Amino acid sequence: MEASLIAAVLATAVTAGTPILFAALGEIFTERVGILNLGVEGMMLVGAVTGFIAAYITGNPWLGAAASMLAGGILASIHALLTVTLKANQVVSGLALTIFGTGLSGYLGKPYIGQPLPNPFSVKELPLLSELPIIGPVLFKQDSLVYLSFLLVLLSWIFIFYTKAGLNMRAVGENPGAADSLGVSVSKTRYFYTILGGMLAGLGGAYLSLAYAPAWMENMTAGRGWIAVALVIFATWNPLYALAGAYMFGGIDALGFRMQVLDLHIPSYFLSMMPYICTILVLIITTYRAQKKGVGAPGALGLSYDREER
Amino acid sequence: MNFFRKKIFTVIAAVMVMALMLVGCGGEKQGENAAKNTEDEKMKVGFIYVGPTGDAGWSYSHDQGRKYLMEKLPYVDANYFMESVPEGAASESYIQQLVQEGCEVIFTTSFGYMDSTIKVAERNKDKTFLHCSGYKTAENVGNYFGRMYQARYLSGLVAGKFTESNMIGYVAAHPIPEVIRGINAFTLGVRTVNPEAKVKVIWTNTWYDPVKEKDAAKALLDDGCDVIAQHQDTPGPMQAAEERGAYGIGYNSDMSKMAPKAVLTSAVWNWGPYYVETIKAVKEGTWQPGSYWGGLKDGIVGLAPYGPMVDDETKKLVDDKKKEIISGGWDVFTGPIKDQNGNVKVAEGEKLTDSELLEMNWFVEGVIGTIPEQN
Repeated sequence: MEASLIAAVLATAVTAGTPILFAALGEIFTERVGILNLGVEGMMLVGAVTGFIAAYITGNPWLGAAASMLAGGILASIHALLTVTLKANQVVSGLALTIFGTGLSGYLGKPYIGQPLPNPFSVKELPLLSELPIIGPVLFKQDSLVYLSFLLVLLSWIFIFYTKAGLNMRAVGENPGAADSLGVSVSKTRYFYTILGGMLAGLGGAYLSLAYAPAWMENMTAGRGWIAVALVIFATWNPLYALAGAYMFGGIDALGFRMQVLDLHIPSYFLSMMPYICTILVLIITTYRAQKKGVGAPGALGLSYDREER
Repeated sequence: MNFFRKKIFTVIAAVMVMALMLVGCGGEKQGENAAKNTEDEKMKVGFIYVGPTGDAGWSYSHDQGRKYLMEKLPYVDANYFMESVPEGAASESYIQQLVQEGCEVIFTTSFGYMDSTIKVAERNKDKTFLHCSGYKTAENVGNYFGRMYQARYLSGLVAGKFTESNMIGYVAAHPIPEVIRGINAFTLGVRTVNPEAKVKVIWTNTWYDPVKEKDAAKALLDDGCDVIAQHQDTPGPMQAAEERGAYGIGYNSDMSKMAPKAVLTSAVWNWGPYYVETIKAVKEGTWQPGSYWGGLKDGIVGLAPYGPMVDDETKKLVDDKKKEIISGGWDVFTGPIKDQNGNVKVAEGEKLTDSELLEMNWFVEGVIGTIPEQN
């Protein structure tokens, strides 16, 4: 393959990976405090529709992005209320959230179907950086939300592993009892990061309706919320790996289409299967490593915490 | 405290369940209300859709037809429709439910409802069923579809006039005869006006995924295509063309709003007139089961209004061909037609029969792409 073709595949991988990356980052925060939220798909859809409506009415895509985060946060707070305060089953609540979000987004979006967005996020080339060979067109000829995602990944990584607040957060997910005894409020922490996770999922959805395919179509996430959930495991709850994984997940389709164009016959079903095979492999490896070194899912993931049952 | 918590949980659970029901059954609620107002005077007509009516594509076009039906025939109450109904055996209970609600005629609008439609029809001989895009019939079941390939041929004429690189990209969903027929007809149209041009095909293996479809179009544009056509249900490929300053041919409904600078025209469905005719026939007792495959002549397929860039010469060319097809003197798959390897598939003066069209599994000369083997 020639260089320009490789650059084109990689650039598409970045744009296609960005919505998944936002959602996965959010889910990393959520799962790091021990809450499993399977409502990502629903939150993304509601984020996509509210983002579109707000941007459509105000003409400002940034307000759209803000609205999508607000909507995602509200939806996630329902999940937090059910699972943290009322200690409901996290899987059931998350699934309900997805069903609810799918229906709600369809209902809200009805009047906006087939309407083009007057002012979507468009490509903004960064001076100097975009001149770099290969890396330039791949990473620095993108829209503002992509640049925002680079920043978020870096900040999240520093936050999770190198700050005290990040340590507290991880402690709540690993061993809420211990965190509680050290004076960290388990339920407050869990509420905060679950809602933060929802906000990022909403933003991921808005990336689709405000930047990638600027329009509202029902169910436009087409399962990307679930891919984000798989990606979190693939990334072993680490934002940096999530970035790599999101671009890999996103790049598979781009690569498949280019192969068709070049008339190389690799079955597209085989390619679309790859991310999940990788996820299963990672699951096997992390489970194995977890037994030896303690790297793996947060210890209290999916478990509700009750001080009296400690 | 514990008791209080449990109570809150019950209340919240109840509220959520109610919210879900309200959202999920929005469409039916309207139907019930409308039915109450008019009692049993009106003839109830039901629709089963495979996607949401807001897909701006396939189900949307059928829903436009449903609205047209209600507008044209005041004695019809067609507020009975169900969206995103799963295909296959699961659809049976949905169709049965429309029967229970009193629908006289039920349209099932996707291929995967075929067997369920036949089954429900067997149990309800006094009702009439119409299934879209299948091949089975029964004494109270008819099937219907449109000769979209005719509209695709016309849109190919336009595309052939507008390509400069002589490379046209075609984003296609699944390798089934319906899609292959469309690609072939489009290519024949393109090469009628531009014998040098080629049509490059990419399979996405999805009907509905705006992001994937847009990616596929981008890959084609990167490869040098300067016009993009599609057999997909979202305007994703048109948006890609718009961003790159290329042209596009939309599908299902007029997509010019989504990509005003790109869309030359769209090959569109127009189910309304057929629905009106069918319901009239059922009402008057003249309806006969059978297969309906309408074309340009019946207005069930056509072209959406042209974009401002399309010149009068091209318009006239399309009009002339359209008249020729409507008059019945000529159809798209009239020989000589060669396949990709240059072998003559349709000899001069011959014409493919309907059953040959419905089973089409080969590409005409000028298509670049392969049809994956089906097991």
